[in-house]
Amino acid sequence: MSEANMVLDQVAEHGAGVMEERPFAIPSSKLVMWLFIISDACTFAAMLFAYGFIRNSAAEWPLVFESASIWNALLMTFILVSTSLTVLFALRAAQNEDRAGAFKWTMITAAGGILFTLLHLREWMSLIGEGVRPFQNPWGAPLFGACFFSITGLHMLHVAGGVVALIVVGLGYRAGRYATRHVEIWALYWHFVDLVWMFVVPLVYLLNMKR
Amino acid sequence: MSNSSSNGMGTTFIVYAAILAIAVIQVVVALTMGPSLGRMLILAAIQGYLAVMFFMHLRDEKSTLRLALLPGTVFVLVMMNMIWADSFRLIHLRPFAK
Repeated sequence: MSEANMVLDQVAEHGAGVMEERPFAIPSSKLVMWLFIISDACTFAAMLFAYGFIRNSAAEWPLVFESASIWNALLMTFILVSTSLTVLFALRAAQNEDRAGAFKWTMITAAGGILFTLLHLREWMSLIGEGVRPFQNPWGAPLFGACFFSITGLHMLHVAGGVVALIVVGLGYRAGRYATRHVEIWALYWHFVDLVWMFVVPLVYLLNMKR
Repeated sequence: MSNSSSNGMGTTFIVYAAILAIAVIQVVVALTMGPSLGRMLILAAIQGYLAVMFFMHLRDEKSTLRLALLPGTVFVLVMMNMIWADSFRLIHLRPFAK
C-alpha cells in the first residue's frame, strides 16, 4: 500500500476527534464515484431520450431484431448481471482481507465483461453485414444505425473501460497497492454498467423486435 | 456499501434471481403481448431499483447521501421529458420521410 493510502487509512481509523465526521459517512473517493454515476446516468438518459425523439419523428422505423438477436441480448444480460454478483464476491473477499479471493473474483468479473463485449461485437458485425451503417440501412429511417451504434457503443465503451479498471485494481489489490475501498468503488461502477444495460435491452432491442 | 459485510449473501442471491427473472419476463411479455413502451419501462425500472438499492447498497447508506443523489437526478430525468412535445410535432412535418 502506498504511503498516501496508509496515511488515509490511519486517519480513517484513528481520526475520530481530530477530523469532523464525513457528511455522507463514505470516503470522498466513493462520493466522487457516485457523482460520476449520476452524471453518467444523465448522459445515457439523454441518449435514450434522443433515440426516442428521432424514433417518434421518423415517418417509419425499422423493426429489425429477430429472435436470435433477442436471445443473444438475454444471454448478454445473464452474463452482465452474473458479473454484478461476482464483483460482490470480490468485494466481500476484499472486506475479509482475502487478497487472493478478491483477485480471483475480480478477474472472473473482468472475463465476464470481455465475453459480454465479444457477444456485443458479434451482434454489431451481424448488423453491419446486413448493411446497417450510422446514417443508412436497407430498411429506411437512416438514423436507426446512428441510434443503435451510439447507445450500444457508449455502453460497450463503459464495459471495456470497466474491464481495464477491474484488472488494474485486481492486480493492484493483490500486490497490496490498493485498499478495499478501491475494489468497492469499481464494483459500484460495474453495477452501474449493469444498470444501464437493463434499460438498453428493452428500449433498443425489444422495442425494435420483428413482429 | 457500509453494511454490506454484515448482510448475508442470501438477499443478494434473491435480488440476482429477481433481476434475471424480470429480464426473462420482459422478453416473454414482448413476444406474447408486444413490447409496449410502458410495460418495458416499468419492468426496467423495477430491475434498476433492485440493482441500485441492493447491488449498489444505496439503501444501506445514510439518508443524506440518498437525498443528495436522487432528487437532482430525478429532476433532470423529468425535465428531459420536455422534448416529447417537439418530437410529436415533427411527426406532421415528416422530416425524414422520403
